[in-house]
Amino acid sequence: MKKLLVLSVLAAMLASSTALADTSGKKIAFSNNYAGNSWRQAMLDSYGIVTKKAVEDKVVAAADIFTTADKEVPTQAAQVQNLILQGYDAIVINSASPDALNGAIKQACDAGIVVVSFDGIVTEPCAYRVVVDFKDMGRQEVEQMAKFQPKGGNLLEIRGLAGTSIDDAIHAGILEGVAAHPEFKIVGSVTGDWDQTTAQKAVATILPSLPDIVGIVDQGGDGYGAAQAFAAAGKPRPTIIMGNRQDELKWWKEQKDKDGYQTWSASIAPGVSSLAFWVAQQVLDGRTDIPHDLLVPYLAFTQDDFEAALPKIKEGGVATHEYTQEDAIAAIKANIK
Amino acid sequence: MTAAAIENQLKGASTRNAAARARMLRSLLPALSLALVLLAIAWLNPRAISYFGFSLMLNLAIPITLATIAQMFVIAGNELDLSIGTFVGFVGCVTATWLKDAPLLGIVVLAGSIGVYALLGALIHLRNLPSIVVTLGMSFVWQGLAILILPKPGGKAPDWLLSLMAFKPPFIPFPIIAALLIAAVVHFGLMRTSYGVILRGSGGNAAALKRAGWSLLKTKIVLFALTGLFGVLSGMALIGITTSADANIGNGYTLLAIAGVILGGGEFVGGRVSPIGAVLGALTLALAASPLLTFMHIPPDWQVAANGAILIIVLAARVLISRREK
Repeated sequence: MKKLLVLSVLAAMLASSTALADTSGKKIAFSNNYAGNSWRQAMLDSYGIVTKKAVEDKVVAAADIFTTADKEVPTQAAQVQNLILQGYDAIVINSASPDALNGAIKQACDAGIVVVSFDGIVTEPCAYRVVVDFKDMGRQEVEQMAKFQPKGGNLLEIRGLAGTSIDDAIHAGILEGVAAHPEFKIVGSVTGDWDQTTAQKAVATILPSLPDIVGIVDQGGDGYGAAQAFAAAGKPRPTIIMGNRQDELKWWKEQKDKDGYQTWSASIAPGVSSLAFWVAQQVLDGRTDIPHDLLVPYLAFTQDDFEAALPKIKEGGVATHEYTQEDAIAAIKANIK
Repeated sequence: MTAAAIENQLKGASTRNAAARARMLRSLLPALSLALVLLAIAWLNPRAISYFGFSLMLNLAIPITLATIAQMFVIAGNELDLSIGTFVGFVGCVTATWLKDAPLLGIVVLAGSIGVYALLGALIHLRNLPSIVVTLGMSFVWQGLAILILPKPGGKAPDWLLSLMAFKPPFIPFPIIAALLIAAVVHFGLMRTSYGVILRGSGGNAAALKRAGWSLLKTKIVLFALTGLFGVLSGMALIGITTSADANIGNGYTLLAIAGVILGGGEFVGGRVSPIGAVLGALTLALAASPLLTFMHIPPDWQVAANGAILIIVLAARVLISRREK
């Protein structure tokens, strides 16, 4: 009888030491430096939905969101320091600068706090980085283009915000893709700043000087603007890669209904914030085998599934995806090679 | 001595007393608002009131304090510097690049930038230009130079600066010692020396100073050079804490510094400034804007608005009391 009791206590101890139960007393804070565009709003929404449920299910004790009033680095550094003082166990952060917050991040690590950055990542080695494979996204754009335009031809490239790592990575991927598909040639490049209006102006300006274009490779947020510029100039409509924005997918659907227009769409899902949350939870759970740099897939739509996603996106918004704990565990597994 | 004369003398003494009381209240106000903010923080998060807590909450207040003192010097001369924020960013970029890799070049550039500030003072005085216009223009120059030096965030602070800012003295947290030191040095220089009186006088009554034979050109140059000097110190302190630079790192400091001077009992005109008040004002703003806000647990949608509301309340209290003084 006594033995049985000991055994059952042991069993209970074992059971309680497995995942989930361990983090129920942990508090995770989200430090965000900007909330002023549709992408960031979707990011906060996704994070709110996922963490609210996690708190209700007692996976974690608290998951609070803190947004700074300005986009300034010192404000966010001070915010991180205050979160340390608040006694949070982990901080999920979308950072104002990859380097300039490192001092505060190091202080957090030294205080035993788990730091997980995403989108705006931090370079401090003690932090975790959830990075979307933008280079692969650029390469995939050309791969997809080769399916729609098997004969090849001239491409126009629309770049993102100059000087950012994201623009750099997508561009490098596109160059790699073009190198693998010599039937394509990039004959022009403009800066669209991930913004429809800017992209439309830039494309309209360069259009008269270009030969016939079969396709446009871009970075998202610029596809609809490019389509408008081509329509206004009366030029034939090329295959434009889309970036998951509501106006882009809507235009795609209109064209598809008209004449079966084909293309492909990809972008980083704002809900990657929820993935970062689960990564923080996994680290708090005691997992020590998680790499500090996690490459996660981007969100893509094809000819077959984009129409199903369209009604779910808010007017003027961007497609997102709320990640689950299983998604995070799978993503971590994919990164342990 | 007639009775009337005695009465007059007494009356004079009592108005002098009332004025002294008002001055007292005015100089106590920054300390009072700081105490109030500290009490609120202690109530919301007792853990913050500790050596570790003060080190964390206040270390980013050091550069704000230095920038506020920098702004105070131009305000003492009836001018306004709208470029101090981007100047701090520029200094930060120089500190994280040249000052580390080529210390001599870094020192020359930083000294040169103080020289540029002195020249601005001369230009503003000689051509009688509005300082707001000149410094607004300069803010874009500093920002542009910062981006040229550091096109994307990065660089690293020199090691001696890192260890200085991470200094952990016994018992009293470093930021508090730094604040006391800054307040003491500037208070002595500006309030206790005879040339300090001349500097403040150039803002209070320029005509009288000129008639007394002092060079207003020189006072303006000195005031602007001091602004440059404290701007440089602010940028270096900031990079010592953040460890790495970003061309936009100081942009928010321009308005914070002006608010700090005013909260600390300064006036936009008349050469009325208080170094101790400015330091307290900067600390209050740094604490009210960030730790207080974070500890209050406001829903995310309201946080940005709440930050503004706290600043307005703190500044409004200051305006109410100084109106009573009149």
